Amino acid sequence: MPLDDNAILEIGRHYRFQWESAQNAHVLLFPEGMVKLPGSSGEIMKRINGASTVGEIISDLEAAFPGADLRGDVIEFLEHAHGKGWIRTKEA
Amino acid sequence: MEKAGSEQKKLNLPLWLLAEVSYKCPLHCVFCSNPVDYATYNGELSTEDWLRVLRQGRELGATQLGFSGGEPLTRSDLEVLIAEARKLGYYSNLITSGVGLDEKRIAAFKESGLDHIQLSFQDSTREMNDFLSSTRTFELKQKVARLIKRYDYPMVLNVVLHRYNIDHVPQILEMAEQFEAEYVELANTQYYGWAWVNRDQLLPSREQLQRAEDATNEFRSRIGNRMRIFFVVPDYYAVRPKPCMSGWGNVCLVVAADGVALPCHEARMLPGLTFPSVRERDLAWIWNESPAFNAYRGDSWMKEPCRTCPEKEKDYGGCRCQAYLMTGDASTADPVCDKSPHHTVVTDTLERVKKLSAETHSGTPLFFRDDENSRLLAGNSRSPLA
Repeated sequence: MPLDDNAILEIGRHYRFQWESAQNAHVLLFPEGMVKLPGSSGEIMKRINGASTVGEIISDLEAAFPGADLRGDVIEFLEHAHGKGWIRTKEA
Repeated sequence: MEKAGSEQKKLNLPLWLLAEVSYKCPLHCVFCSNPVDYATYNGELSTEDWLRVLRQGRELGATQLGFSGGEPLTRSDLEVLIAEARKLGYYSNLITSGVGLDEKRIAAFKESGLDHIQLSFQDSTREMNDFLSSTRTFELKQKVARLIKRYDYPMVLNVVLHRYNIDHVPQILEMAEQFEAEYVELANTQYYGWAWVNRDQLLPSREQLQRAEDATNEFRSRIGNRMRIFFVVPDYYAVRPKPCMSGWGNVCLVVAADGVALPCHEARMLPGLTFPSVRERDLAWIWNESPAFNAYRGDSWMKEPCRTCPEKEKDYGGCRCQAYLMTGDASTADPVCDKSPHHTVVTDTLERVKKLSAETHSGTPLFFRDDENSRLLAGNSRSPLA
């Protein structure tokens, strides 16, 4: 499903996103399971806060990592995460 | 003791901490995976002991915490442990029969930060549910299922399958749909503990298994993404072993009710190993250093055909407990594998069961899990190899 730039994203119900120092990575926890989100995937996920829009998340990442054209990669990851139910769009 | 093939290799983290907080249980299920001699164990850990275990587990990198048993609800300090688990950053899972879960308690769990409840059902019918658990709990479980939904928990239903209920898979799935379950685990009995004692009565036939898998696939195609169904096959019908516990001392750390630490909840029956207690040692030593947790790590303990098998990285030689139960030697290949010289133990069992399942009830009685039977089985020196 294509995500609109104005869509506000939040972490999916029954998922918990947190930093794991033992793994030196962000992880997403859910019933009896875990996904490790190293590097850029963790950087994207930690900006999903129930307030920022897709557009704002992309701008923020581009400000944090200047010089790279991130849009395509970010959208691809967000759509993957949305399809998996890790994140969802918040009702306005 | 030599660290089995892992000297150079960094150990994985014990991502799963399974806290079997009590072996007390109001149910008497014939397929219970608890040790058959549980009634002879010494005392349960105190609240302070468990809080220490939770902190040490988190320091080691555990993220998933399971409260299991027995029936974990028999512990009145569960709320305290859940609150600590949340504070430490665990994702906590309560694995329960539902007996003892009223509205007051589930509200307290929510408040304390419990993340997930897995509710077991024995069957879709009152008659079979109550017979198999030797209790009257069917209506109560339905009530608990509704409570779980009302408190916005993900609904995970677990039904252990065997000869007596496997033909009810379509009705079980309908029941799960009515409860609006998000996940259903149709877990065929794994034959350890009480299930091992009752295996001749519980193993389904190949035809039953096939019908159940067909019914599950049919249901999946109808319901789509609304419900995720996990179908766990009984490995006796496989020709390659399961990668038991994803490897010995590789992912999972179990702490039993009396404080004994184990690489899996069945391992306690294995002879020749001294499993350390959390009363005496910290989890870091137990996981990293203890001879018991290192006994079957890596592959240097393996015999042929596992040692040179190209699939050893995939299935770790199967299950050590199953190898022991079937051959008396825990370091042989899991006899489920058709490369094992002992594979006929499995095929002979299936032949025997095929004859038995033609009859409605075999001559041998079912052993229900209770304290009296536990002491009886513990007194039998050949048990659980009886």
